[in-house]
Amino acid sequence: MPAATLLLGVSIQKAIAASIISVIATSNGAASSYVRERITNLRLGMVLEIATVSGALVGACLAGAVGGRSLFLLFGIVLGFTAWSMSRPKRTGTGPIKPDPWADRLRLHGAFFDQAQGAEVSYRVGRTKTGLAVSAVAGVVSGLLGIGGGVLKVPVMNLAMGVPIKACTATSNFMIGVTAATSAAVYFMRGEVLPFIAAPVAAGVLLGARTGARLLGRVSAALVRRVFIGVLLVSAVQMLIKAIQ
Amino acid sequence: MKNKKTEPAQRTEMAISAVLRTGVNASLVLLMAGTALAFARGGYGHGADEVTRLTGSHGTFPRTLAWLAHGIAHLDGQAVIVSGLLLLIATPVIRVAVSVWAYAKERDTAYVIITTVVLALLLLSFALGKAG
Repeated sequence: MPAATLLLGVSIQKAIAASIISVIATSNGAASSYVRERITNLRLGMVLEIATVSGALVGACLAGAVGGRSLFLLFGIVLGFTAWSMSRPKRTGTGPIKPDPWADRLRLHGAFFDQAQGAEVSYRVGRTKTGLAVSAVAGVVSGLLGIGGGVLKVPVMNLAMGVPIKACTATSNFMIGVTAATSAAVYFMRGEVLPFIAAPVAAGVLLGARTGARLLGRVSAALVRRVFIGVLLVSAVQMLIKAIQ
Repeated sequence: MKNKKTEPAQRTEMAISAVLRTGVNASLVLLMAGTALAFARGGYGHGADEVTRLTGSHGTFPRTLAWLAHGIAHLDGQAVIVSGLLLLIATPVIRVAVSVWAYAKERDTAYVIITTVVLALLLLSFALGKAG
């Protein structure tokens, strides 16, 4: 997005519109592979979508009414803290997850084949209500600040609900398309999606996301986790900078 | 894991994956074909002026559905690209609609309700977005 504004002199609104299109393209492109490889936890995604979509609706309605600066500061700190807790020696996946009647009734527990490990990874999901609450917050934030909710969804699924990191990234990816589609529609109606900018961006990202998705199966879970912590730190710093400016 | 091919949950995954893949492939084809058409017909010109014109604000988008239909019928590159972008945006929504149907076929009432609520919320936000 900065490349679009700096190099091409595209207005910021139109660059945001193109970046939302690229988020949808990423989600569609990657999810089409993850779902087929069964890494995505479909049921978990569907359940949490209720929270993220309603959160995004609330966020879109609140936009403008709430001061952006303090929010950026708050979420900069939250993300920094999340990065720290994710970098601690892992405690998920080893200890038994507390039984959760909601997860049992909704049959959220999952399993997938981890190519890197060469074995089937099965897991039980816990703390469904916490997951729903945090996903709602993630939705509000993405509606309000225009950031992807993935940085909040992945940690809550991983740390609170006990979902393995690969299943978290795949499921979060699956959900993001739906949230982004609502914002994209708004930008489209406002006439800010310019075909000749969005087309090359979308086509490139669609192809790139598929390649990335093929990689996820092969790399180790520890590497996925480390890369994700890096992404969290970068987002945290970005938000703090926005809060200070 | 059981290897029964006809497990209903697996069919749901296949259906959703098929929707996503079809959406991705079709929008890719439309985006590339539209760009190629625009090039072929001189939609893209040369030089810095042309870049400014293409990336600047005309303020005339999104035109009407009639414009889109007319454009596609006349193989206008820009209209073909717009249809590809619309398909891209619609794919996640179609995915939710298909999952309602897939869970209904599985007779999984809880998930029919969950996915219907998601679909309703999505349509509501589209409606609000249009109004706002």
